[in-house]
Amino acid sequence: MIKAILIFNNHGKPRLSKFYEHYSEDTEQQIIRETFHLVSKRDENVCNFLEGGMLIGGSENKLIYRHYATLYFVFCVDSSESELGILDLIQVFVETLDKCFENVCELDLIFHVDKVHNILAEMVMGGMVLETNMNEIIMQVDAQNKMEKSEFFPFFSLFADVYLSVYQAGQVDTGRHRRGARTRRIRRKEHESPRNAQEHQHWRHQHKSAKLTLLQIVAARWLPRPADVHQCLL
Amino acid sequence: MALKIVKGSIDRMFDKNLQDLVRGIRNHKEDEAKYISTCIDEIKQELKQDNIAVKANAVCKLTYLQMLGYDVSWAAFNIVEVMSSSKFTYKRIGYLAASQCFHESTDVIMLTTNQIRKDLSSPNQYDTGVALTGLSCFVTPDLARDLANDIMTLMSHTKPYIRKKAVLIMYKVFLKYPESLRPAFPRLKEKLEDPDPGVQSAAVNVICELARRNPKNYLSLAPLFFKLMTSSTNNWVLIKIIKLFGALTPLEPRLGKKLIEPLTNLIHSTSAMSLLYECVNTVIAVLISLSSGMPNHSASIQLCVQKLRILIEDSDQNLKYLGLLAMSKILKTHPKSVQSHKDLILQCLDDKDESIRLRALDLLYGMVSKKNLMEIVKKLMLHVDKAEGTTYRDELLTKIIDICSQSNYQYITNFEWYISILVELTRLEGTRHGHLIASQMLDVAIRVKAIREFAVAQMATLLDNAHLLTGNTQRNGICEVLYAAAWICGEFSEHLENPMQTLEAMLRPKVATLPGHIQAVYVQNAAKLFATVLRSQEGNTDRTAAQETSQLMIDRLPLFVQSANLEVQERASCILQLVKYIQKLQQKDVEVAEEVNALFAGELNPVAPKAQKKVPVPEGLDLDAWINEPPSESESEDEKPRTMFTREETKHSRPRHTEVDEKELAKRREVRKQEQASNPFYIKSSPSSQKVYQEAPGVDHIPVVQIDLSVPLKVPGLPMSDQYVKLEEERRQKDRADKKKKEKKKRKEKGGRRGKRDSGPESEEDITPAHMVDIVTEEMPENALPSDDDDKDPNDPHKALDIDLDSLVAAARRRPLADSEKLPVRSHRSSEALKTMAEEVEVVAPQEAKKKGGKEKKEKKKDKEKDRKKSKEEKKKKKHKHDEGEEDLMGGQTEEPMVQSETTNDVVAPPPTTTAEVSDLDFWLSNAPVPSNSQEVAVTAVTAPAAAAAAAAAAAAAAAAAAAAVPPAASGSAPDSEPDEPKDAEVDESKSSKHKKKKQKKEKEEKDKKKKKKHHHHRHHSDGAGEESVQNGTVEEEEEPLPPMSNYCLLAENSYIKMMMEDADTVCDIQGNLQDGSQVVVSLIFENKCDSFLKAMEFNVLDSLNSRLQRPDGAGPHDGLTVPFQLPPGVSNEARFVFTVKSIVMPQKLKGTLAFIVKNEDSSTHEKLDFKLHFTCTSYLITTPCYSDAFAKLLESGDLKASSVKLEGIVMPFPHLLARICFHHHFSVVERIDSCASMYSRSIQGHHVCLLVKTADQTVSIDAKCDEPSLLSNVLDEIKLTFSQC
Repeated sequence: MIKAILIFNNHGKPRLSKFYEHYSEDTEQQIIRETFHLVSKRDENVCNFLEGGMLIGGSENKLIYRHYATLYFVFCVDSSESELGILDLIQVFVETLDKCFENVCELDLIFHVDKVHNILAEMVMGGMVLETNMNEIIMQVDAQNKMEKSEFFPFFSLFADVYLSVYQAGQVDTGRHRRGARTRRIRRKEHESPRNAQEHQHWRHQHKSAKLTLLQIVAARWLPRPADVHQCLL
Repeated sequence: MALKIVKGSIDRMFDKNLQDLVRGIRNHKEDEAKYISTCIDEIKQELKQDNIAVKANAVCKLTYLQMLGYDVSWAAFNIVEVMSSSKFTYKRIGYLAASQCFHESTDVIMLTTNQIRKDLSSPNQYDTGVALTGLSCFVTPDLARDLANDIMTLMSHTKPYIRKKAVLIMYKVFLKYPESLRPAFPRLKEKLEDPDPGVQSAAVNVICELARRNPKNYLSLAPLFFKLMTSSTNNWVLIKIIKLFGALTPLEPRLGKKLIEPLTNLIHSTSAMSLLYECVNTVIAVLISLSSGMPNHSASIQLCVQKLRILIEDSDQNLKYLGLLAMSKILKTHPKSVQSHKDLILQCLDDKDESIRLRALDLLYGMVSKKNLMEIVKKLMLHVDKAEGTTYRDELLTKIIDICSQSNYQYITNFEWYISILVELTRLEGTRHGHLIASQMLDVAIRVKAIREFAVAQMATLLDNAHLLTGNTQRNGICEVLYAAAWICGEFSEHLENPMQTLEAMLRPKVATLPGHIQAVYVQNAAKLFATVLRSQEGNTDRTAAQETSQLMIDRLPLFVQSANLEVQERASCILQLVKYIQKLQQKDVEVAEEVNALFAGELNPVAPKAQKKVPVPEGLDLDAWINEPPSESESEDEKPRTMFTREETKHSRPRHTEVDEKELAKRREVRKQEQASNPFYIKSSPSSQKVYQEAPGVDHIPVVQIDLSVPLKVPGLPMSDQYVKLEEERRQKDRADKKKKEKKKRKEKGGRRGKRDSGPESEEDITPAHMVDIVTEEMPENALPSDDDDKDPNDPHKALDIDLDSLVAAARRRPLADSEKLPVRSHRSSEALKTMAEEVEVVAPQEAKKKGGKEKKEKKKDKEKDRKKSKEEKKKKKHKHDEGEEDLMGGQTEEPMVQSETTNDVVAPPPTTTAEVSDLDFWLSNAPVPSNSQEVAVTAVTAPAAAAAAAAAAAAAAAAAAAAVPPAASGSAPDSEPDEPKDAEVDESKSSKHKKKKQKKEKEEKDKKKKKKHHHHRHHSDGAGEESVQNGTVEEEEEPLPPMSNYCLLAENSYIKMMMEDADTVCDIQGNLQDGSQVVVSLIFENKCDSFLKAMEFNVLDSLNSRLQRPDGAGPHDGLTVPFQLPPGVSNEARFVFTVKSIVMPQKLKGTLAFIVKNEDSSTHEKLDFKLHFTCTSYLITTPCYSDAFAKLLESGDLKASSVKLEGIVMPFPHLLARICFHHHFSVVERIDSCASMYSRSIQGHHVCLLVKTADQTVSIDAKCDEPSLLSNVLDEIKLTFSQC
């Protein structure tokens, strides 16, 4: 069983938290903080398993994490899960995000938590792994997004392209119009006009890291069929 | 104006979606909380609007805020509103919010039941999917109960997308509503073979989760999982299954044997590290479960260790970590194989990765020996010095202590060294484990008598330097060691060199800053010291010294009397008064030392940690009963002050038990002593009586003793353990040298090994401990009860899921789900219904418990038996073959095990009908390769699949016997035969004696029939000198208690055959198979019971018109079949033969012969063995489940011919009677009402056989219907026969 899935950035800011057991909001924050402390003080090239998260379930559970660019992806699992399998699952998750968001970066997770949740829901359900096949996941996510769109634009199917271009901003890419969508997205990110100078500053700063997407940064370590993808899923 | 405001606010509301909120929060870094609180106000406004879109937007934002830690439970109702929107977009938002913040105590959750139900049955699969996903996060017991049925329906949905979600969520439903497990399980099991891999994977997932908690209930699924394992290519699923097997093997060693081979293959073939690792892990589990069993498994261990070494050497830290983790599992059972990799592990200790170092530490535990302990600990001590993080340092500390203290200090040769290590460890600052060190000190000082003097000296210095340890008391756990130091100094004060100095050290004002429980010990032990000091001083003539001591006490104690700690206060004031009284006496020149000393006289023996728990509760004492009336609730307020004290105490947590023990003992010692003294029957527990070794005649001869002086002390009085390493080495060298010279030294008297001439490398035994240590064993109450169940958590939700599922899978025929057990359907929630359900559960429980009990017993016996006769295992096959019910599930599987068994047994008779059904676990397991050196008793099992043909092998006459043998399968026939066994067992137990009689009868019959064979028998007895002389009778007696019918009957055959046959034994079982209505497979196990070699065995049967032996192409109709193996003495093997049967309405017999050559050292003779195969009509029947409605239709159809029979004088209870019919004649119970039951079975050729069984006053009437009258009458005759024999 997976007990919790946490994503937070290098500063410990939560980007997504999914607990499969109930905790009060305060405890949840405490868990995130504790986990961040445990994980963040570890070197880059040490193993990705960690015992001793005190809050969730105690000693039976393990933290399995991966660090991508600015984000930590942490899965808290019990002994019934295969450690290496979960590592691969995290990789699948990130690659799926990458496909759905077209070069995912931290900003995507910041502004579209709900969509990340929806993607995650197709992978893990109630703490158990539902689907590990990336294409299948993407297919289901796309189908649901399409349905969502059709609810707002009843003639969606007729004028798909027109509506798409109108609606694209802020939507998860369906993958049908990848190239076009990509340029638009980049433009959007750059054009997201700052409202004041301070924000502008911040925005640019953020953008530096944002430019390098999660997977690109990590590519040197992970992507070219990294040695530590254990072929459980990929 | 107002309009404008309204409009503006509306605009703003519409504007601010989730992205805006996030952006806003990022822009208000400084006053985030304030900004969010305004946002929440806005959201509250939005939620008040009617527009669902606005609401959804608000809920979406709330979900985000929830992640940031804001409580949004106040919006629960709005979330429900959004959930019930008809638009998928909003619904999804609603369910997401609900899954993030709903939980069991959310009250609006009960409003969602109908909405969820509606969504579940929505035509849109994504509506359903979203509802399932949401539900999986917030399902409550109520929701689970109300929706279980709906979800179960979804498990058969047409869309795999829904199916897999429904399957997964069932696990959550089971957890919340355990009653649903039984009814849902069969369907869940079906899903294991769903065409969609996703669904299959989900089902595997769920069953693995279930099985992990209660593995024994899922053992029967092993064959199915085995099949999945060998067929699946999905690594994710494979990993799950392999992990599951890891959990199952401890329960069933045979499973392990079967697994080893495929797992080894996987290890060799897979390229996926994750899979490889899990395989290795499970192989380890298997090896652990087999432990010493099989010598040839050392290859597997080697393979595992080898692979793990590769992992550990990998540059990927993850693999390294896991490799070490798995290695530590091997360590427990096969320490030797791990020890050879010591280099690697020590290397890992220096790894930069802390997790890896920790794992390597775990392994060190098994690496130590007497020889290298000091060296390893030295290395660890270096690490302790270097370690920065306290966690790692603490871990090191505990490991050092673990390693040293393991198996009763087995590896410690020099306890002075150990004490100094402990003392060195006290220099660690900020460790949490002060109490660990303390308890080690106490333990060693108490139990190792020879070391006390040294220990006391060390402790005295510790006390003297207490200020070094107590730098900042409150946070520093290390001051716990002072507890031990004070106690040791007090208790063994006679060894103190300068008690007065220590006494002063213990009464320093600084002590008052220590935690209360330590102060208490200080005070108490100051009193003990005082007593010692008094004695020494009274010996002198100078009285003033003694009086000064008393004065010192009187001066210092008031400090403790003022202590806030109750314990300290109490002790201090007691002792203060005592000392004052002593002073008074002293002033009168009275000698008091003796009397004061008497207060603390007597030896304290160590008490085992669980001793108290294990004291048996005296009969008639109910610890749960109220002694007084329970206090009324209003009194609870009074307890407050009390909790204050306890809280304070627990803050300075010491292992509670020791504390209590010590105080308790101290207080009662006096009383005890008196009691003992006055009790003439009390045998004084002189410690020497417990000793294995005599206390070293002269401790002072030990070379090391003097070192005290030679050790240069770093901190005053603190010894350096390193010195000991050197000294120890010197000592050992000296020892060796001494031995060489063969000098007669006193050391030798101590039992050290006498030296040998050859001075090879120092071996373990050569190291003589520096102290011949008498380790006092801990005391236990006399009749302590073994209590292993201490550690089960009664609150574990999985406990409720410990439900016997096996009985259920065969539900239809054995114990159909009671109506009340079925899942509640729609809104039927009347309290009455619930009540009956509860009752039902209660009723079920004991029954199940019984069953389990039976099973266990059976298993135990099995084990015993196994040792003697593996053959029985073989026989179990018979049982299993009967599971026709499983066909669908097992179809593919059957082939594999079969093939396997063949290859291993080298038996290739006529093409084995792959049709044989292998559902039964035992059967499946028994197919495991039989190690060639096993000593099996000769048994011949005949399995006749195809049409349930009952083929009796050589023991032809065994018709009845065969029938008896078959039944187990019959009654258990369902996919999981396992469940059945318990029941069978029950029945069997009650009737075992009857069986015996029956068996004997049978035997008689047989004998009559075959006089010739009797001849054989006699001969066997007369000249079979070298042969096993197991007599039928004796065997029977031994085996009689065996619960399951199958085993019993098989054995009967076994022994029977033994008598009949000279050199080989034959037993048979026959089974039918639905798939092929005309084939019967007979499998025979031949066992060589004589001392000679048997070869060239030829099996032949005289074909009848109706049945014939299938021979290979080109063989003549009368040619025999060569048995494809030879039998060395004492070995057994199995061969299968296929028969074709045309008509099944009549029982039939086939005559056959087994010819073979007996080869002695110098001669060889041809021998022959005749036998008869008996196919009864019953054996053509296949237990088939039938539902009552189908049954009713069948009866109404009017195609069936009726017949009936009456049985008189049947005394057995009705359920037993039914079980018997099921068991022996392959029927299943369709329905049972009081003393009346309808039963059903089917022949291999599809004839229906229906029975109505009624009982009254020892008379049983059976009305039967069947579409084939002659089959029916034969079956009835056979039933009659069965009962006439009991």
